[in-house]
This record gives sequence, C-alpha cells and structure tokens, in this order.
Amino acid sequence: MTSVEGSSRSARGLLSSVGASWMRAPYPALVVDALGSVVEINARAADLFPAAVPGTALAEVAPDWLVDGHRRAVRGGSGAVDTVRGRHGPWTLAAHATLGAGGEVVWWLVDETDRSLAEAALRTEQERTAFLADASSRLLASLNVERCMELAVELATAYLADAAVLVTPAAGKRHPLASCVGGAVVHRSVRLDPATVPGLAEALRGFPPVPSRWIDPAVLPEWAVPDGFAGPVGSVVVTPLPGHGVPAGALILLRRSDHAAFDASEEVFARVFAARAGAALSAARLYREQSGITAALMAELLPPSLRQVHGVEFAGGYRTSTDTERVGGDFYDVHPGAGPGDETLAVLGDVCGKGLEAAVLTGKIRSTLQALLPLADDHQHLLSLLNGALLSSRHTRFATLVLASVRRRSGATRLRLTSAGHPLPLIVRADGTVREAATSGTLIGALPEVRAHTAEVDLGPGETCLLFTDGVTEARGGPLGDAMFGDARLQAALAECAGMPAEAVVERIQMLVAAWIGDNRHDDIAVMAITTPRTTHLAAVDGRTPGRYTA
Amino acid sequence: MTDTTAVENDGAVLTHARAALWQAVCDRDEYAAGQAVFTALDAGAAVEDVLLDVVAGVQHKVGREWAADRFTVAQEHAATAIHDRVIAAMAHRAPPAPPREPAGTVTVACVDGEWHALPARLLAEVLRHRGHRVDFLGAQVPTPHLIAHLHRTAPDVVALSSSLPVRLPDAHSAITAVQALGIPVLVGGAAFGDDGRHARLLGADAWAPDARAAADLLARGLPRPVPGAIRQRVDDLPHLIDQEYSLVLRGKRQLVRDTLAGLEERLPAMRAYTEAQRERTAEDVAHIVDFLSCALYADDSRLFTGFLDWTGDILEARRVPARVLDPGLALLQDLLKDFPRSLDFLTRGRAVLAARTAPARVPEPGAPA
Repeated sequence: MTSVEGSSRSARGLLSSVGASWMRAPYPALVVDALGSVVEINARAADLFPAAVPGTALAEVAPDWLVDGHRRAVRGGSGAVDTVRGRHGPWTLAAHATLGAGGEVVWWLVDETDRSLAEAALRTEQERTAFLADASSRLLASLNVERCMELAVELATAYLADAAVLVTPAAGKRHPLASCVGGAVVHRSVRLDPATVPGLAEALRGFPPVPSRWIDPAVLPEWAVPDGFAGPVGSVVVTPLPGHGVPAGALILLRRSDHAAFDASEEVFARVFAARAGAALSAARLYREQSGITAALMAELLPPSLRQVHGVEFAGGYRTSTDTERVGGDFYDVHPGAGPGDETLAVLGDVCGKGLEAAVLTGKIRSTLQALLPLADDHQHLLSLLNGALLSSRHTRFATLVLASVRRRSGATRLRLTSAGHPLPLIVRADGTVREAATSGTLIGALPEVRAHTAEVDLGPGETCLLFTDGVTEARGGPLGDAMFGDARLQAALAECAGMPAEAVVERIQMLVAAWIGDNRHDDIAVMAITTPRTTHLAAVDGRTPGRYTA
Repeated sequence: MTDTTAVENDGAVLTHARAALWQAVCDRDEYAAGQAVFTALDAGAAVEDVLLDVVAGVQHKVGREWAADRFTVAQEHAATAIHDRVIAAMAHRAPPAPPREPAGTVTVACVDGEWHALPARLLAEVLRHRGHRVDFLGAQVPTPHLIAHLHRTAPDVVALSSSLPVRLPDAHSAITAVQALGIPVLVGGAAFGDDGRHARLLGADAWAPDARAAADLLARGLPRPVPGAIRQRVDDLPHLIDQEYSLVLRGKRQLVRDTLAGLEERLPAMRAYTEAQRERTAEDVAHIVDFLSCALYADDSRLFTGFLDWTGDILEARRVPARVLDPGLALLQDLLKDFPRSLDFLTRGRAVLAARTAPARVPEPGAPA
C-alpha cells in the first residue's frame, strides 16, 4: 500500500503546484495512479465521468480505450503513449498523457466530437462527389437504354445498396426492369402493379418520394427482390428517376436486415444519384426514339442494296459528302421488271445541293419515278411527266439523271439509255475499250419543256455500263492534292474492268476515287454498274429459284 | 474408319476444294467456284474449315499472285467478288443452327478507309456458325456510323479489321471511341503487326492473329472497359508530343511537290516523263510520305522499313530495280532535316534498300505490318 500512498502524495504535490485553478480548468483532466485508481479529477472531467471519484478504479468508470491507454502508459514509461482517442457516450475524446515521477498519469482530455463529425461528413461528401462524378461519366457514355439501365443499377449497388431494381414506365402491359445484386445484372419485363410497392406508383408518376421509414420491407412483392439477394430485406428506398418532363422510371434500393438502414442523408443522396441516372436514361430514350424515327424515314431515302435481276448484274456504291450523314443529293434505284422478259428500269441521278434537304427531293423523285414505271417504255415521255411534277412542287431545286431500261436477251443485254443533263454513261467492252453512250437531254425541274435522245446499247458477257454522278469525275485530290479525277482517269480505270463482275467494277472505281480524294473535301458520290455476267450467276441458284444447290 | 483417316480424308477434301476453287477463280467462273465449295460441304467438310482453309486460302494466293505480277488488279477484284458470292451462297445453304446458349453479340466492321472486307466477312461467318449474333457492317465504316450503330445495338464486343498500317490512326480513334462506350474491342488484320504489337500500342482489349483465334477469344468473352473513360491519342502515344507526325502529315502535299521537283532536277530522265508517268511517281512519293507518317504515329521504324522492303519486292517483280526509291528518300532527308525521328526512319529505310540483293523472292501480298 505504500506505493499507492507514495504515488498519491506525489500527485498531490504535483497538483499543489498549480493549485485550485486546476480544478476549474476549462478542459477535463484526471490523475490516475500506476495501479489504475483515480487520484484526482477536475470539474469538467467529473461531468464526463460522473461515477469517478478519487479512489475508484479507472476500469469501472472509463471506456476500455482509455483504460488500455493508461495501462500502456504505465508499463512503457515516458514516451510510450502520446495520445489515445475513442468514443465515450456521445463524445469523441482525445486523451493526452503526462507521466508523473511516481508513475501516476495525468490524463488531459480534449473533446473532438465536432471535429470528428465534421471530418466524417467531409469524407462522406468527398466520397459522394467522387462517386457522382464517376457515375455521371459512366452513365453518359452510352446512349443505349438497356446499357444505361444496367449501369444505373450496377452503380447503385456498388455504393448505395445491397440490391437495386430499376423500374421503367410500362411498355404496353409490361414494365421493363433491370436489377442488380452482387454485380450481376438481369433484365426482365414484368407485368406488375406499381401500387404493390409503397411509393412506386408515386415515383413513376413523378411525385415526391415516400420516406424510407414508411416502407415496410415485408410487403415487397416477389419481383422487387432480385434472385440472389441473401437474407431478409431490412430497409427500402424508392426514388423517382426524373426525366425530361416525364419520369424516366423509379429506382428501388434494398438493404439487408443485417446492414444499417437508410438514413435521411442517404435518402437525399439516393435522390441526387437518381436525378443523374434519370437524365442519362431520358437522353438514351430520346436517342432511341429519334434514331427509330430517323431509321423509318431514312429507309426510303437510303440507296437500296442491288443484286442480280433477270440475268443481269446490278451493283451500286454510295458515299455522302460528309461521314456523319447517310444520305445526300445523289441517288439510284433499280425497279425489276415483272418477268424475265420485261424491262428492268435503273435510274441514277443527282439533285442540286447536299445533305438532308437534297435527300428529301431525291425521295420525291424516286417515288414519282416508281409511280411512272408503267410509262418507262418512252423515256422522253416519262421525263416530261417527272419534269412537270418537279416544276409544280415547292422545291426550287433541279436534278440530272440517267434512265436505263435493261432487258436480258439470250447472249447479251439490251439497254435503252437516256441522260437528262447527266454525265454520260460509260460502256466498257470485253476488249477494254470504253465509250460514252450516245444519249443527250436537258436537266429536269428547271425548264417547262424537256427533250431527250435515247441510245440503245447491247452488252455482251463481261461488258459493263457504268452510271455515275459528277462526284466521281470532279473529285479533287491526287498525289499533288488539287487535281480533278476527270473523265480520262475514269475511262482508263474502267478499261481495266473488262470482264469483271458488277460489284467488282463498283468497288474498283470507289477505291480509286477514295484514294484520289484522300482527306480532301468532296461531293456526294454515286456509282452503278450494269453488267452481263460472263457465266451462270450463283444467285440464280441461291434458293429463291430451285436449283442444284438448294435441295 | 479411324479418326486419323477421317482427318486425312478431311484434309484431302479441303485440298481438292482449294484446287478447284483456285481454278474457278482463275477462269472467273462463279458457278464452278460454288461447285468447288459445295462439293466439299457435301463430302462432310466443316463450314468453318471451308471458309478459312479453302476460301481464305485461295484469297491469300490471289494476293500473292498479284504481288508477283501474275494477276492483274482486275483479276484480284473479280476473285474477291466471286468469293463474296460464294460466302453468301454458303450462308444460304448452310445457315447456322440457332444458338442454344446465346454466345454474345458481336459487331464486325472494317476501320474507315479499309476496303479489304473479306477477312472481316469471314470472321463474321465463323462467329455466326459458333453461335454468336453478329452484325457485319462491311468495308470502310466511318467511325461516326460505327458509334451510332453501337448506341442502338450495344453489342458485347466490337471486332475491328484493318490490313493497311496507314489506317492505324483511324483505327486508334475507332478503338478509343468504342471503348468509351464501355464496349471492349478485339482487333485483327495485318495493320496491327504479325505479333499484335500495334494492337497493344493503341490500347485494344484483345488481338487475334486469325479468325479461329479471334473466335476462341470471343468464346471466352472479354471484360468491359470502364465506360466514359475517354483517352486522348497522346495518352496512348506520348511521343506524338514532338509534333513530327502532325507536321509531316499536314505538310504532305508540299513534301510531295518538293520531292518531285528535286527528283526532276537530279534525274534528267524524269524530264522526259509523260504526265501519267509523273503522276505515278508522285503517287509513289505520296505513299512513302504516308508510311513515314504512320511509322511516326506508331513510333515504329519497322512500319517504314517493312513498307520499303515490300515495295522493293513489288517493283522487282515488275522488273523495276528497288533502288529507284533511294533518290526520293534522300530528298526527303533534306526536306525533313529538323525532324529527328523522321531522319532516323529515312536513314534506316535507305539502309534496307541498300542491303537488298538480287531479286530472288516472291513478294507476299498486302502491305506489310
């Protein structure tokens, strides 16, 4: 017991030097001897540890971390313990030790509750900001609706919840869903009643969210808890995905019962995340709608894919003036004759102008021509009618085009060619000679009267008639960068194309022109080859007709 | 029949089909070409083997024949057209069985400016037969079109094909743009190097030396890159900061003109050239500058020296000595004296030409990687 007394004496000696002011110090402090008994305690410390009076064991009145720190301080001597930290009731405390000569320790306590709360809040904010920045860039990366839904539930489970279910507004009678648990995403389409999940019907209509504590996890329907969710649901958040004017859907977040329930700030944060997911999802949906509309409208404007018709090969190639557009002012079409003995009408033309506006006029010309097909026997008459239709339309543009009526006769193909102000078709003979077809005519859509002269040409096996727009001959480029491709180069290139299939001719010309242009600007380019095959065509036995290889 | 004889029989069937298809292509006889492959299929050959060992094999031979000046460009195009139709007819006759377990969706495309669609088409057919859902977008797909397609369809993987090293910068933009959508990119074709080094350089997720290896890789699946992580060119290729690539590419027109003018001064014979001959020469110089700039882009001298060596083979097959390229390279050295990397590549290129011996080899088809 002497040692206790001794230590007590020396502690009192220590305290006597600071006097009674120590007891009124604005910071809590207490003196504990080497065996762990409280020797002295000031007024502020007594507020923290009401049960601690001199003589009680520290272990009975103080939290474990302080008791442990004391033990280490006593055992290790000076320098063993600097500061220990821990929680005590509602407070977060830092305890600084000062060692007395007799082995007693003066513990100076500092209340760090506010600071640690602020630090935790800052950390959470930093994490959330980083998460939102990352989430935004991921969500905005894809304009695909399904991918966007996938990313939203993946991100939600990575940061906010144990599982997430994204419900989008009904498509027909079913709601498309994406759910994620443990990183695995599942897409489903479910017939569901939103009223079965508290707050879901509201969220899908864009109403403010129902607080999480109002939602009883026990009432969740089966579809709202993804397969693979381990254990009972502890807490639920249902938050709307705000879209552009109309709600983009709702996000259901689930936490297991053994995890902390969603608190108010997490609910708010879930709404912030949902706002970003909703914006991304709406953009993706808008893109899908727009690209669907574009595709539907564009279907009539895109150049058709060509193939062999009644024993004659047709091939076409198209390139718009800019890579971002799909249609322009050049066009071509092939209207197959009713039977093998009937003429097929091919047309290739060029509307003045570029881009979508010009493309719309090509669509009008193409559908007018289709309506005039029964009159294709007389090119001059057909062009007059087309001219009239163009003159009476609100468009002020004009067009040039070539008509080719094509009929296969036993050995050769008979063509009737008429140019309406268009670059003349080139005929490639089997021996490699290239000549312009002797046709002429005025452009259409500009003058009240059109006149045209039709040329008749026979194509033997392996011979080709090439229709093209001035985008080919007027292409600027070449090795020195500023020369026109021109008629001479086109004819020289075609001379090498004798005996080639139609697709090969088109590909060859397109390649040469593309190489010539390089990175230069260029006009729309359209090319069509009409070729009499050298041998029996494989397409003749491709399954549409009975044959050797379709059994 | 033992397995060994079955394999030998398969081998014999394929060898026979290859010979028959080759003959049909030489005769430009589409019907006989169809017969060649369908006979093999009737004899039990697997679709994948016919596509890769027969059609691709013959196409490769066509390229070799062109390089050796035994096939004209027209014949080469005609052969490609015949192969295209044969593949279409095969797909019609032996449509792939509907997949039991969906093997993932793949979009197959050629990079912008790449006209050789056949390797990509063969891969698309092989993948279809292995149970993938495949969108084949064809030759020279502008990157904006590719990206628009991917937004609509969101496939699991994009497979990009490129045979020409000069398209590497375009391939690079396409790769990074696709990856930014969170879709992994598999690349293939001679442009990426025989060991795939340029695929790694450009940050592709995977590279395959041929269609079978590509299909094997895709069967295992590729992990998705982080969406939204947009890389700039210079992130992958820090050497571009020296601006040599940009300056050589931007100054290409002037470089070609100046080189041509210098050649006329140095080589009196050139003054008698016809306009067409001058244009051919200008095209040759333009090609040299193209390959120089793509070597600068990838910072790989082998792209440039390999091109010169291959051009030497092509020239000598046409009885033109490879040394005709040297004066042009010497002039470019003068014009690019402030560009250290270019100078280094040009010096190495001249050394490769100087080291060439008498023409004894048959050139390989296609530009070298």
